[in-house]
Amino acid sequence: MAEEFFIQGNEACAKGAIAAGCRFFAGYPITPSTEIAETLAKDLPKVGGSFVQMEDEIASMGAIIGASWGGTKAMTATSGPGLSLMQENIGYAFMTETPLVIVDVQRGSPSTAQPTMGAQGDMMQARWGSHGDYEPIALSPSSVEEFFYFTIKAFNLAEEYRVPVFLMTDETMGHMREKMHIDESKINIVPRKRPELTDDYLPYKYVEDGTTPMPAFGDGFNIHVTGLTHDERGYPDTNDPDAHDRLVQRLCNKVLNNRDKISSVFSQFCDDADTIIISYGSPTRAVIEAVLKIRKEGKKVGYIKIDTPWPFPEKQILELTEGAKHVIVVEMNLGQMYYEVDRLLKLQTRVHFMGKIGGLLPTPDEIISGIKRAEGE
Amino acid sequence: MAEKNSKYLSYMREERLPHIFCPGCSNGSVMSAFLEAMEKAEMDFDNIAMVSGIGCSSRIPGYIKCDSLHTTHGRALTFATGLKIANKGLDVVVFSGDGDAASIGGNHLIHAARRNLDLTVICINNNIYGMTGGQVSPTSPKGIVATTAPYGNYDTPFNLAEVVAAAGASYSARWTITEMENLVLSIKAALKTPGFSFVEVVSLCPTYFGRKNKLRTPTAMAAVMRANTVFKSAADRMSEKELKDKIVVGEFANKHRDELSDVLEKFSVENSGDKTVVNSAYETEF
Repeated sequence: MAEEFFIQGNEACAKGAIAAGCRFFAGYPITPSTEIAETLAKDLPKVGGSFVQMEDEIASMGAIIGASWGGTKAMTATSGPGLSLMQENIGYAFMTETPLVIVDVQRGSPSTAQPTMGAQGDMMQARWGSHGDYEPIALSPSSVEEFFYFTIKAFNLAEEYRVPVFLMTDETMGHMREKMHIDESKINIVPRKRPELTDDYLPYKYVEDGTTPMPAFGDGFNIHVTGLTHDERGYPDTNDPDAHDRLVQRLCNKVLNNRDKISSVFSQFCDDADTIIISYGSPTRAVIEAVLKIRKEGKKVGYIKIDTPWPFPEKQILELTEGAKHVIVVEMNLGQMYYEVDRLLKLQTRVHFMGKIGGLLPTPDEIISGIKRAEGE
Repeated sequence: MAEKNSKYLSYMREERLPHIFCPGCSNGSVMSAFLEAMEKAEMDFDNIAMVSGIGCSSRIPGYIKCDSLHTTHGRALTFATGLKIANKGLDVVVFSGDGDAASIGGNHLIHAARRNLDLTVICINNNIYGMTGGQVSPTSPKGIVATTAPYGNYDTPFNLAEVVAAAGASYSARWTITEMENLVLSIKAALKTPGFSFVEVVSLCPTYFGRKNKLRTPTAMAAVMRANTVFKSAADRMSEKELKDKIVVGEFANKHRDELSDVLEKFSVENSGDKTVVNSAYETEF
């Protein structure tokens, strides 16, 4: 069955969460993400789920981790300042392999800056915000419909790899209204895998693909969950260098070894392109417009839209940009994903940066000027 | 002694022993008071989930056979809130200390009490940061010496049991580690009370509190504690001056209030025609 809605991005995200099986949301009001909480406060009880407004974002993260161990798919939504407060517990979620979804509707930053304006200034906060080594998964939608489907995908990836997954969007996308189609046949749900309770059961067993099944509290496993370095039984083992190395390497590798499976990009016109534009999220809309326009002038320009900024889609970007002379990274910050692209491509291609802050999307004409400037250099 | 020690061993993760607690530490006594209260309250040990933060007392759930969530510093109550709401059938018990619950987790403590979610919280208040080596805490009495109060503590301590009662908890009580029978009965009452239940246990840290404050042995500390203990009924008739340096024990709240997980379930039944879903993460269809 297919349905059509004219709907706001944040509402589409809330709808996606419910479709994905999210039955618990904890959050704290913050512009421009609040509509996600408001929608779920209304809709979760209708499907037997629960909404709770916590005292702050630290508490929100704690509550969704607790709910996840209670056997429920759980989510929170915030913006940059709130994401900063969540970081300690985000690290805990990585260490304890707790599946959950964190939506960051980015706004002008740093600090409280521009609550009602869009930005992409938290991309590195999603990557490195908590302390220590870990490998996050992040998705960036560039349409309201994608916001819906990417929310479902975020829950699926969270369950498949037992990690927190970020939805990195921004004010433009959160507050934009546009037409969205929901095709139920396109919705695929990844359920949590329940382990078997055997005599030699080990909750954190070192398995080949890195991800062990997860029991719920109350299932009878008597599982111990700790943020301390732990052995395969889950018990603290904080002084053995090998135990720590083994654990953290496994946690990173379960994402890195599946990087090509997790990461996805969408591209057009890259085969013959002299210049390729790389973007993600809202600015992609202007990028596509600019590329279509400039190609009419006979210029060979293509684009890559990164759907999963983390893990960074190295293989796809390397392949797609192979013949290009110029790569331009368009983003709404003063250079974040640009450095990832430059690190990857600087030996084979000129990588240019086109950033814009202040809250407005770059326009197609600004991007066209940027292309001409880069090619002229 | 050996027999007495083994009484509750069947409830413990034996493979994790010996524990990390120092000689003379009260944590073991509080743990056995808790296990005794569990038996007295006829609680189902298989249905217990324990949550804790960071600190010596927060290590207790790791020694008990149950599902246990050892979380971040001060945040145990937030994790417990999500866990209990996601599966209200679980009996969720939180172990905490004074630094964990009253300092870094102070905001979560008052809000959890305000929400009145059915959690049982045991706060082992040793008036000091033990695990980090004896720094002053928000419950350290005025004038005591700590590594970060070398000239004496100049701050006024929190009255935790009273703070929690004022914030709206169904049950709040304080006992000292020298009042074991009352402590057991109080933990039993807390386990049986629907709503937020808080038991503060004023306890001994001979290693970091005693040594710095000329109380060289656990027994010397316990003797001072006992001499300064006043029951709440008597304290209510005493002046502020008379109550100086006294530890007031008793119940600070014991009342019926609507409990949060019941309220949320009511919303669910009214809006979906069914109870809150449990363990839905394992399902494929929504």
